[in-house]
Amino acid sequence: MTEKIGVYVCHCGSNIAGVVDVEDVAKWAAEKLGHQGVVVARDYKFMCSSLGQELIEKDIKELGLTRVVVAACSPHLHEKTFRIAAQNAGLNPYLVELASIREQVSWVHTDKAVATAKSKAVVSGAVSRVIENAPLDEIKVPINPNTLVVGGGIAGIQSALEIANAGFHVYLVEREPSIGGHMAQFDKTFPTLDCSACILTPRMVEAGTHPNITLLTWSEVVNVAGYVGNFNVTIKKKARFINEELCTGCGICQEKCPKKVIDDVYEAGLGYRKAVYTPFAQAVPNFPVMDKENCIYFEKGTCKACEKFCPTNAIDFNQQDELINIDVGNIVLATGYDLFDARRVSNYGYGRLPNVFTSLEFERLSNAAGPTTGNIVLRDGKTVPKSVGIIHCVGSRDRNFNNYCSVICCMQGLKFAHLVHERTGATVYNFYIDMRTAYKAYDEFYQRVLEEGTLFVRGKVAEVTDAARYSNERGKLIIQTEDTLAGKQRRIPVDMVILSSGLEPRHDAREVGKLFGISCSMDGWFTEKHPKLDPVSTMTEGIYIVGCAQGPKDIPSSVAQGAAASARVLDKILQKEVALEPIKATVNKEMCSGCRICNGLCPFNAIAFLADDNVSEINPALCQGCGTCVAACPAGAISGTGFSNEQIIAQIDGLLMRNLEPVEA
Amino acid sequence: MTTNGKPKFAMYWAASCGGCEIAVLNTHEKILDVDANFDVVFWPVAMDAKYKDVEAMEDGSILLTLFNGGIRNDENEHLAKLLRQKSKIMVAFGSCACEGCIPGLANLSPVGDIVHTAYNTITTDNPNEIYPRTSYDVPEGELHIPTLAKVLRPLEQVVDVDYFMPGCPPESHQIAAVIDLVIKVVKGEAELPPKGAVIGAGDSTVCDECPRARNVKLIKEFTRIQDIAPVDPDLCLLEQGIPCNGPATRSGCMARCPGVGAQCIGCYGPAEGVMDYGARLITAFSSVIDATEPEEIDRILDGIPDPTGQVYRFNLAGSLLKANRDAWKVK
Amino acid sequence: MTDQFEPTIIGFTCNWCSYRASDLAGTARMKYAPNVRLIRLMCSGRLDPTFVLRALSEGADGVMITGCHPGECHYIEQNYKALRRFLLLRRVLTGLGIEPGRVKLVWASAAEGARFASETTTFVEEIRKLGPLNWGKDDDGPQTADDGKSSIVHGQEMEVPA
Repeated sequence: MTEKIGVYVCHCGSNIAGVVDVEDVAKWAAEKLGHQGVVVARDYKFMCSSLGQELIEKDIKELGLTRVVVAACSPHLHEKTFRIAAQNAGLNPYLVELASIREQVSWVHTDKAVATAKSKAVVSGAVSRVIENAPLDEIKVPINPNTLVVGGGIAGIQSALEIANAGFHVYLVEREPSIGGHMAQFDKTFPTLDCSACILTPRMVEAGTHPNITLLTWSEVVNVAGYVGNFNVTIKKKARFINEELCTGCGICQEKCPKKVIDDVYEAGLGYRKAVYTPFAQAVPNFPVMDKENCIYFEKGTCKACEKFCPTNAIDFNQQDELINIDVGNIVLATGYDLFDARRVSNYGYGRLPNVFTSLEFERLSNAAGPTTGNIVLRDGKTVPKSVGIIHCVGSRDRNFNNYCSVICCMQGLKFAHLVHERTGATVYNFYIDMRTAYKAYDEFYQRVLEEGTLFVRGKVAEVTDAARYSNERGKLIIQTEDTLAGKQRRIPVDMVILSSGLEPRHDAREVGKLFGISCSMDGWFTEKHPKLDPVSTMTEGIYIVGCAQGPKDIPSSVAQGAAASARVLDKILQKEVALEPIKATVNKEMCSGCRICNGLCPFNAIAFLADDNVSEINPALCQGCGTCVAACPAGAISGTGFSNEQIIAQIDGLLMRNLEPVEA
Repeated sequence: MTTNGKPKFAMYWAASCGGCEIAVLNTHEKILDVDANFDVVFWPVAMDAKYKDVEAMEDGSILLTLFNGGIRNDENEHLAKLLRQKSKIMVAFGSCACEGCIPGLANLSPVGDIVHTAYNTITTDNPNEIYPRTSYDVPEGELHIPTLAKVLRPLEQVVDVDYFMPGCPPESHQIAAVIDLVIKVVKGEAELPPKGAVIGAGDSTVCDECPRARNVKLIKEFTRIQDIAPVDPDLCLLEQGIPCNGPATRSGCMARCPGVGAQCIGCYGPAEGVMDYGARLITAFSSVIDATEPEEIDRILDGIPDPTGQVYRFNLAGSLLKANRDAWKVK
Repeated sequence: MTDQFEPTIIGFTCNWCSYRASDLAGTARMKYAPNVRLIRLMCSGRLDPTFVLRALSEGADGVMITGCHPGECHYIEQNYKALRRFLLLRRVLTGLGIEPGRVKLVWASAAEGARFASETTTFVEEIRKLGPLNWGKDDDGPQTADDGKSSIVHGQEMEVPA
C-alpha cells in the first residue's frame, strides 16, 4: 500500500455528533481501513474551523499524507475549504474527498446505531475512492470583459449601469420596444409615494445614452453557447420597420397613423395606441415600432401614411429580423415576472364584471399619463366610485393557485387605498388574510392608511358578485367575505373592486432557463445557488439572476440584487481569468476505433471526428465534464478526470464494504 | 524439463465445441513448426494420453498449455487445476476459456432445466423420467461421470491464467503469430508480454478494422439483418439499425463478419480494460437511439428481441453478473 | 433493531439536481430510510451501466439512479441519454432474472428535497418486498472433484420443474 490516507470525522457541534458516534467512526476507519492506507483517523468538533484545517495541514506535513478524506457536511458546502487547506500544506487539492455524513446521514436519520453504520460505509466509500483520485490542475481561461444583461426592467438597468460605470461594456437586451419594465407602468411607489416615472426615467435615459451600454430593444436571445468567461450569444433583433439611423423620434408617424389599437401591454387594455407606436412618452430608445399584425399596409398593401409624413424617410417596410452574435464573459438575467391572471379566480369576476380591476389596470387609471389622465373612474370612463374594495392575496398564498406570498401585494393594496382615498374621497375597504408590511417604513405606511380611515376586513373573500339581495346592493358589486376578527360573514357593496394580484414567473421562464442552462424551482422562479448566501448566482457559473426573475420582491430589493450581481460580474472581470474545474473527458486515440457513437452525444459540440486518423477527439475548452461520452464509449477509450471509472467502481466497492481487512478463513 | 530437448506443449478442451482445435490445425504448415519446436505431451483431440500421465509429470514441466473451453463440470475443473500445476504458461485459448462463449449461455438456465431439456424434450422420448446419475453401481464397482456445476465458469474464475487469446475460434493468422512469438521466446529472441495480457488480438475494436463508412448515428428503429433488403454494402450496419456488436468487440479478426455483410456478434470479447462487455453494448446501442420519450424508446428497443443474449452472447459467464439468478439459486 | 430485512442500496445522484435535492432534504431535516448510500456523479449521463452491474454483483439489493427532470438537465439533454441506457439495461437485467424494480430511475430537481426523501423511502420499501438479492452468493458454485462429493444431485432426487 503506497498511499497514506488521513481520515477526519467532523462533529459539526452536535449536528453530526448528536446522531453519529463520530469517535467510533474514526476508530473504525483506522482499524478496518488500515490495509487500504489509512494511517491516521481523527474526530474534531469543527473540521471547517481554522483549527480543524490546521489539524489536517499539520498531518499532511508531518505524516506525509498523500490522500485526505473529510467526513463532514455536503461537498457543496466545504469541499473548497478542505481542498484549499490541502493545497496550503502542499497536497494537490483534488486528492481530498469529502464524505457527507451530515446532509446525507445525521440530518436525515434518527437511529444512532444505523446512522453510525451508514457513516462508516460512506467513509469506506470515500477512502476507496480517494486512492483512485489523481492530482489535477485547475484550468485557467480568460474572461471576456463584456457582459450581457437580459431584461431592461429596473433590476436589469441597475445591473447594466453598475458594470458600465465601472468601465466595462454591457449589452442590454429587452424584449419590449422600450426598457423600463413593469416599473414604467406604475403611478406611485410605496411607501414613500414618489412617482415611479420620476425615479425610473433618469435611470432609463442614463442606460440609453451610456457609452458603455449597447441597447438592444425589441430583441430576444435565441441561442447561448460556451461557458463562464466565454459565452457566445445569438440575439434576434426583431424588425422595427424603422431605420434607427434616420429616426429622430419626432412622433409624426404615430400622429398620422390611421389605425388605433387597444394597448394590451403598456396600458393594460385600458387605452389605445397606433399601429406604429412608442409604448409611452419617455420610452428609451425613443424609436417607434411598427406593429406588423395591425398595420394596414402589411394587411392590405396600401396606406403608408407614416412613410409619407416621415420627415427623415426613416420608415422601412422591407426591414428584416437580424441575428446578432456577441461574445460575453458573464450573463445577468433580469427577466422579471408576469402578473397573475386574475381571470383564473373566477369567483372574483374579473373579465365578467366590468368594475373589477386588476392592480395593473388601476396603476394605469391612477397614472397622470394614463388613459384617464389619472382620474380614478369606473369602466364607463366617467363615474367616480364612492366605495372601493381592494382584495389582497389574489392568486397568492392560495392552494388553488400559488402557495407563495408575492411580497408586494399588501403594500400595493395599501398604496391603492391611499390613492383612492386621496383622489376620490371614496370609502375604501381592504380585505386581507395577513398584513405583511415588513421593511423600512412599510408598517408606518400601513398606520398612515389606517389613520386615513380605510377600513380593513381580515378574511378571505369568497366572491365578488353583482347579484343583489338587498336594496342597498342594487347596481353595486357585492363582496362576500368572512370577517375573522368579528367572527361573522359580511356582504359589502362597493362600486369598484381592485384585485391585488400576485406575481408569477414569466410564462416562458422554463424555456429561458433551458436556454441559459439554469433550473427553476418548483414554483417556476429561477433557482439561485444558495438561498441566503448566494441569491444572485446560479448553479451555472457566469450566469446570474436578479429581481423578480429570482422570486417575488419589491423595487428596493430588485435594485439591490441588480447591483449585487454586478459586483459578482466585476469581481470576475477584474480577475481576468477564471479557474475551471479540471473535470474533462479525453479520448485515448490508441483505443478509439472511430465508431463515432460518441459524436452525437455532446450538446456542447466538444467532440470532433478526425477523418484522417479515424478517431474522435475532445476539445477541452468546450467539454463541460458531464461524462456522458465516458459512459457511452463502447471501447472504453474515453476517460474522465475527477469521476473516472476506477474512482466510481472503488467507491461502489467501498460503500458495499468490499474493501475491509480480509478476514482469514 | 524436456525429454527430447524441446519444450513441452499441451492443449486441452473443456466445455467447448472443438473449433479451437480446428483453428490450430487451420494454421496449415505452421502446425509443423509446433511439432518441430515443441514436444507435444498432451492433446486429447490429436493423440492418446491418460490423465494419470499428466498427474505424473513434474510441476511446471509443461512450457505452454493452450486451454480451450469453459469449466462446466468437475472433470473440467480437475484438468484446469492439474494443467495449471504442470504448466509454466497457461493460456485461456478461445472465447469459451476467456469468457464462457456459447456454452456460457447455459448460465441463463438452472442446471436442472438444462438436464430436463436435454433428456425430456419433444424429440427425446423419456416416459420413465430417467436421468443420468453421477455415480452408478455395476458388478465391477462404482462408475462415475462428471458432475455438472451450477454455472459454467471461464478458466480465469477457476485457476490463475497467464494469457488470454480470444476469438471463436481465434483467427488462424493470430494463432500462427502467437506460436511464432513463443518459439522466439524459447530461442531467447523475444520477450513475453506482461502477465494477464490479451494476445493474438488487437487493442481497439472491430470498427477499427471495419471497412464500412461511419457517420453520426441516429436510429429510429432496430431491425434484424434478414429483415432489411437490401443491406447497404458500404455503410456501418449499426447506422442501418442492425444491432452490430462491433463497436464494443475487440479487434483482431479483421472485421470478418461486417466485411461480408453480417453483423458482428462479439466473439472476440471486450476491448482492453473493459469491466463488463454487455454494459458497453447497452450504452452503445442506447446512445444511437433518436428518441426522448420513454414510450418511443421502448418501441425502438423492441427491435432487439433478446437484449440479454444480444449483449452477452459470448461474454455471459465472464460478465459481472455471470449467470441468471435462477442458475445461482440451485442448491 | 428489528429482524426485518434491511436492504443495501447504492444511489447515483447528479451533482446539480438530485444530489442538491438530497442536500436540501438534509438541510430541512426530512427523515428518510437510511439504506441508500449515495455516489455523486456530475450528471446522470455519466452513469455507466457497469456501475449498476458492479453494485448488484457486489452485494447491493437495489440501485437508485437519479437525475434532473427531462428538459432541466444542467448539461442540456444528457439525462435523456441516461433514460435510454436505463431502459435497455432494465431489459438486459430482466433477462438475467433480476426484477426490473431493483433498479429505479428517479427525476428530482434541486428544489425537490421532499421528493428525494419520499422516493428513497418508497424504493427501500419496494426492495424490502423483493427481498435480498445476494447475487451469486447462495453458495460458492460447484464443488471440486477433489473432495469427491457432488454439489448437484442428478437422477431421482433432482427436482425437475414441470
